[in-house]
Amino acid sequence: MTDSQIPAVQAVGIDKHFGSTHALRGVDISIEAGHCLGLVGRNGAGKSTLVSILSGLVAPDGGEVRVGGKPAPPAGAVDAWRGQIATVFQHSMVVPQLTVAENVFLGSRTGRGNRVDWRAMRRRTDDIMAEWGFDISPTTLCQDLTVEQLQIVEIARALATGARCLLLDEPTAALERNAVQRLFDRVNQLTAGGVAVLYISHHLEEVFEICQDVVVMRDGQVVRTSRTSELTKDQLVTSMVGSVADGAAAPAGTVRTKTAPSDSEPVLVIDGLTTSSARGRLNGVSLRVGPGECVGVTGLLSSGVSTLGRVVAGAEPSDTGTVRVGGRTVKPGRRDLAQQAGIGYIPEDRRLEGFVAHLGVAENTTMTITDRLSTRLGLLRPHGRTQAAAPLTDALSLVSSGPQQPVGELSGGNQQKVTVARTLIHDPAVIVAITPTRGVDIASKALLLSALTDYTRRTGAALLLASDELSDLVHCDRVIVLVRGEVFAEFTDPPFDREELIAATEGLVRTGQDNR
Amino acid sequence: MTPGTPQTATPPNKAAAPAPADPVAGLRRARTLGLLRQAALAPVLVVLVVVGSLVSSAFLTVNNLTGIGQQISALGVVVVGESLILLIGGMDLSLESTYGLAPMVAAWLILPVSSFGNGLQLNPYLGILILILVGAAIGLANGLLIVKGRLNGFIVTLGVTIVLAGLQNGIVKAQTLFQLPTAFGYLGSAYVGGVPVSLIVAVLIFIGVGLFLRYHRTGRAIYAVGGNPAAARAAGIKVDRIRIGVYVAGSVLAAIGGLMESGRVSAVTGQQGYGEGIIFSVFAAAVIGGVSLKGGRGNMVGAATGVILLGLVQNILDLANVSNYWIEAIDGVVILLALVLARVIGGEASAE
Repeated sequence: MTDSQIPAVQAVGIDKHFGSTHALRGVDISIEAGHCLGLVGRNGAGKSTLVSILSGLVAPDGGEVRVGGKPAPPAGAVDAWRGQIATVFQHSMVVPQLTVAENVFLGSRTGRGNRVDWRAMRRRTDDIMAEWGFDISPTTLCQDLTVEQLQIVEIARALATGARCLLLDEPTAALERNAVQRLFDRVNQLTAGGVAVLYISHHLEEVFEICQDVVVMRDGQVVRTSRTSELTKDQLVTSMVGSVADGAAAPAGTVRTKTAPSDSEPVLVIDGLTTSSARGRLNGVSLRVGPGECVGVTGLLSSGVSTLGRVVAGAEPSDTGTVRVGGRTVKPGRRDLAQQAGIGYIPEDRRLEGFVAHLGVAENTTMTITDRLSTRLGLLRPHGRTQAAAPLTDALSLVSSGPQQPVGELSGGNQQKVTVARTLIHDPAVIVAITPTRGVDIASKALLLSALTDYTRRTGAALLLASDELSDLVHCDRVIVLVRGEVFAEFTDPPFDREELIAATEGLVRTGQDNR
Repeated sequence: MTPGTPQTATPPNKAAAPAPADPVAGLRRARTLGLLRQAALAPVLVVLVVVGSLVSSAFLTVNNLTGIGQQISALGVVVVGESLILLIGGMDLSLESTYGLAPMVAAWLILPVSSFGNGLQLNPYLGILILILVGAAIGLANGLLIVKGRLNGFIVTLGVTIVLAGLQNGIVKAQTLFQLPTAFGYLGSAYVGGVPVSLIVAVLIFIGVGLFLRYHRTGRAIYAVGGNPAAARAAGIKVDRIRIGVYVAGSVLAAIGGLMESGRVSAVTGQQGYGEGIIFSVFAAAVIGGVSLKGGRGNMVGAATGVILLGLVQNILDLANVSNYWIEAIDGVVILLALVLARVIGGEASAE
């Protein structure tokens, strides 16, 4: 904060257009050595664009980036940027088939000329790991690492370039809670060592915990720069959302009315599901969900939460066990049959499974109902798609330049709205939603969750909400906690106690009203 | 934090003002771009027609133009097949062998032993049915190996190409089959009102497939499968079935293209297809026409433009009396230039 000190990285008056979109409008930001600066904002606020410019991937239309007081190299000059600013991206940039050491030195030189000096590479990787207290062997193949370890590899790669400024783009999105804490320890260690850190996150608690200062972006502008110690969470949310903070950001622990019916026939019956999936095994999971009931499923990363969702949705086969919808058994491992049986599916990774990037909003939204929209001969009118999609995309306040705009061009939150709309549009009897709010801004989060729960309660469908975000589970009537592929605890009485839930996911304390 | 912060922290209502104008402009821009891409090769075709008429006075005659039409319709039908396969994110090298083997098998079953047939002397119409079934069987085998067997499409179809080409020569001991019945040669050689039947059929296939891709739900599913197979599957689309179906359709189209070619030259030779190496022209036409090798992008208007372009180039080289020793090299260079041009004009459409 002292004016005499030269910031590690400073951006002044950054302007950027993408076609007709004015992505950044005169953004000023300065990251100081030994500090962790938080960067928050809703999806589409311009965070990612700013990160691309600060990492030298994209050239700004106006303004200047300065590193250590000197003008930064031109965008795209990879060699010149290396060693100045390093970025750990939201999506892993690790090559799974290579070893840790190779990934750490990916793109940088280890030997003389083009020769690869394997021994030096391993030794230097070992040094970096030891220096920063990481514990990963340089010769391990990255495909054998956990998500957390992969992130360490990425951080190590950033440090190996000698960069004194680190941009962390949503580093905790894929981490479990313990790992998040360990990541914080590491970030603190880095800042104590004089590294400047820019920390981008949707999790405001994290920003308060780890950042000294925070910058809030909205509509391509910096709308607030404050010390975190002088700011309340409400103030932060208000500046993110703008003046129309209509209470959309439901704080955790909100009391909601319980509507779970008790005696009616269950819509979804899961019996003894067992599978040995790479994403986390299931070991005899049984569950019943009644009409209009929202059931949350939570647990650690490999506890089988997303596996359960995928198996129920037919996206993954199971070894034994059955899934029944309205009394009828659904053939396992067949997504198309599961959908015909009325199971809607909101996948965990929307970029991978949620939409076809270059097809339009309307076409993606109606992809699940082409049979209904078409004539007996299978013919579809493009206009019919637009008409069918409009009510849902409007209800979800999806922002796009029109029904033909490719979904790949939308912001993350709007892409997720397309995925949700695609599911709701086929009137599912069961909705399987896996982490439907991941990487989505606060206002959209609340909107998406209430769209799902409202639909469920209005139509008497069954909602299975698999999520590791406790704020999602607030909306559920019941929460099931999985530990190592088994139902460990069940919470039936909202509001759920945050501490008890966390304890149960860790499998430490057997609390909850209905243990098995 | 920095001196500039106060100025940039403008109220949000100001930022919201330009937003409503953006969508309209964006949409208009997208439409213009789309049109531009569709018409990307039109100027090139115009240039070729001008060059052609300068090279030879015979170029702009009805006879020559219908001749070009007849020459390219066989290739065109195979390009439709390959484009469909490229659209689902696959590739099929064996279409060129199917183009040779399917008419060979049919002719072999139709002709008497004296004409190197096998002596069954089937009815020519039955022969055409068998030709289509041979195409379908090859496509089904490819589809099953690639989709269900999860084998690499490039290697599978490369292997199949060689097997089929071997069969094509093997069953007739490398003889050329002449004296094809009129019914068998009709599609490739007949004219209706001065227009080659093969051209009419090829145009109908282009239009039919184009409309199917645009307005049929299976056609739209093909784009979804090619664009993002995981997302298509998650949306309940029967991805495997569509992929296999497209391989079958592609091979059937290749067989029909082969029938046209046999009719045009009034013979089935061992060279037809693989021996001539038509697959390069097939891929070139599709890619020049903007069909993406990565799947999910492209349309029949583009593919047709690519075919016409290749046909014009070939015809102009013929009319210009380019030495036979050099014609292939020049043909290849022109195709490469067209690819570069398509990339420059069409933006990323053909490169992706």
